[in-house]
Amino acid sequence: MIAPAETQSLDEAALGTACADLLANGGRMQMAWGYKPSGEGRVDVCYLAAPGPKRPFVVWRVRDEGSIPSLAQQSPLLGWYEREITDLLGVQFRDHPEPLPLVLHRGARATCPPLDPEFPGRAMDFEHVLPDLPAVSGADVQLLPFGPVRADVVESARFFFFYVGEHILHYQPQLFFKHRGLEKRFEGRDPIHAVVLAERVSGVGSVAHALGYCEAVEAACGVEAPQRARRLRVLVAELERVYNHLHYLGHLADTTTLKVGQAQGRLLEEQAKQINARLTGSRLLRGVFIPGGVRRDLDPDREFIRWVGALQRDTDRYVHALERTTSFRDRLHDAGVLDRQTAFDQGATGPVERASGLDRDLRRDHPYAGYADTELQVPVQQAGDAYARFRVRVAELNASFEVILRLLPGLSRASGLRAAVTGRPGGEGLGWAESPRGALYYAVHFDGQGRLARVKIKSPSFSNWRVFPYTVHESNMMDYAINEASFGLTIAGCDR
Amino acid sequence: MATWTWLGLRLGSATTRWPRPDGDDGQSGLLGMPRFHPQHCKSACRECVDVCPTAAITQAPSDSDTNILIDYGRCVVCQLCTEVCPSGALSPSEDWAFGTPERTDLQWRKATDSAAGQRLKARIAMFRRSLHIRHVDAGSCNGCESELQALNNPFYNLHRLGIFFTPSPRFADLLLVTGPVTAPMREPLLNTYQAMPEPRLVMATGTCAVSGGISGDGYNTGRGLDGVLPVNLYLPGCPPNPAAVIEGLLVLLERMPARVKGGRLER
Repeated sequence: MIAPAETQSLDEAALGTACADLLANGGRMQMAWGYKPSGEGRVDVCYLAAPGPKRPFVVWRVRDEGSIPSLAQQSPLLGWYEREITDLLGVQFRDHPEPLPLVLHRGARATCPPLDPEFPGRAMDFEHVLPDLPAVSGADVQLLPFGPVRADVVESARFFFFYVGEHILHYQPQLFFKHRGLEKRFEGRDPIHAVVLAERVSGVGSVAHALGYCEAVEAACGVEAPQRARRLRVLVAELERVYNHLHYLGHLADTTTLKVGQAQGRLLEEQAKQINARLTGSRLLRGVFIPGGVRRDLDPDREFIRWVGALQRDTDRYVHALERTTSFRDRLHDAGVLDRQTAFDQGATGPVERASGLDRDLRRDHPYAGYADTELQVPVQQAGDAYARFRVRVAELNASFEVILRLLPGLSRASGLRAAVTGRPGGEGLGWAESPRGALYYAVHFDGQGRLARVKIKSPSFSNWRVFPYTVHESNMMDYAINEASFGLTIAGCDR
Repeated sequence: MATWTWLGLRLGSATTRWPRPDGDDGQSGLLGMPRFHPQHCKSACRECVDVCPTAAITQAPSDSDTNILIDYGRCVVCQLCTEVCPSGALSPSEDWAFGTPERTDLQWRKATDSAAGQRLKARIAMFRRSLHIRHVDAGSCNGCESELQALNNPFYNLHRLGIFFTPSPRFADLLLVTGPVTAPMREPLLNTYQAMPEPRLVMATGTCAVSGGISGDGYNTGRGLDGVLPVNLYLPGCPPNPAAVIEGLLVLLERMPARVKGGRLER
């Protein structure tokens, strides 16, 4: 039982029907992962399904008896998860539309899949090999490989552009240069202090990762954090959204060559990070959460309220200036359009899906931490272009300020900060959080001693990187940087 | 466009005067490396050794004069040791400016005689004023990048110090590396270094690049830069904040003295 999700053991033959029924009834697949318990010869593949808003998650558990039918034709977003399970655990999926390595590059040579308990604890051999590229040919078609070392201070990834003049015919990102094998590093650890690892999966998502991880461990152990701790989790999670969305606006202004706009966005982000440090001791808000609650009390005093209030006013003024700038708006309208169906099928999440008309938000639909008693506006736009993604983020930024300032008076000191948690032998749990970039999941499995045996991490950028190329094909080079900025992607969380 | 001209003029300069003495470093409240007070350390206790996620704290051999050994080059600033220590031997501190040319100066030791700076002087006398940096992400969590990107925000305004990021390794004096060096990034990293003209410097930024941190020594990762490239400055931190990066760069340029000696920050 992967608490709190309803867990069903399925035969592989029943998988296709279950998926078809789910989709026909308005549900959506969320993720899939594999787990090979130590001492057992076979891998369990788990699928996380969301039947609909406010309805509990369901996990389908399928035992690998040699191979499993691919669901990627029915639910395309599962394609990447299946490829990852093949890379890391050696499970074969029948009739997969893209049977290619994903997380491990083609040059990685392993005698045994790395998440297999039998894997010898040393680095794999590695040789540089170019990835498979589609055959795009024709008069004047050029191929531009860009990266993994690119201009400016950015994360490593390689992008292949097939283009004619300004026109991009086909775009293929190659990710996972930064794959650190973090899921494996949780194995054998004590579940309490491993939160430090979760905080370091994606630096600018430290809070959401810690939160998803803590909620998963708490679910597996049947523990609930005290009320003050749950409220503090909301406060810190919204502070993470604030500095991330401010970064986003500054970056978007940069790509539209609005220099003062860029500088002002970056300055507001800096101010947000300095507020973070004063409240928590960490600019990235690390070191606050732990399974069972929070590690220490936070004191959002009157000065804190004054800082946040000032930041909100300055942000408001900044956003109005952006909105008044026609050269900025013109570059965003109709850039990188993502239609609703593609967003749904390919698994778009967070502000990206909400800008394409999909009204989903884990904070409202599957409340966690202290969100059940938090009033929240979920902005949705229909156009699916870069401007819609900008509008959604701006509205979320406002909503986050509101949540923070409304939350503070109700922070009762009556309850404790931390409930006792001990790893439950054989326990399994699922946790989630709506990070600034969208839905994030953690699945944890304990071994017989109550230590971590398997931790699956699904970060929102893993989902949105899969979607992003659909908005780049048949677009033009001049819009590329703006479109990429409008998605607000990170690579560390995706690559892990 | 008048909107932005007016806004910029009205808001004025936001840049700190730091590292001048009358400037604000912007790191108020920020927690740095835990400080070690050996006189409070109890001999039979292993709490910090057991809780440290990166083996930055280890049990000392029986003939040493302290119970534990601390390597700040492995510290991810998680503060767990300061929470479990029953005797106050490890306490939270604001010591975040941990950039040093000598790897051994990141290890705590009783005596603080150090040859820091001498090796540096011989190599880089020609980079005193301006410096151009090529950054390579060799598998970071993006925390370091978030702080490196902040260097050019109006508060720190790195340009005022004559230090610039450059897209091309051909124009770079310094290779600034983050991350534990993943298998797929090793070759691009070495190629970038090879493309740089001599003389060239290397800075290991963040605990992952210094020692592997929480992500080093895995099935797809190395142990940071040691053994991969010659390192001129080690800057642990998880992540190092922008002021710590600036101080590290100024130490490298000999515009500030190296303050880390024997795992302690001289004040």
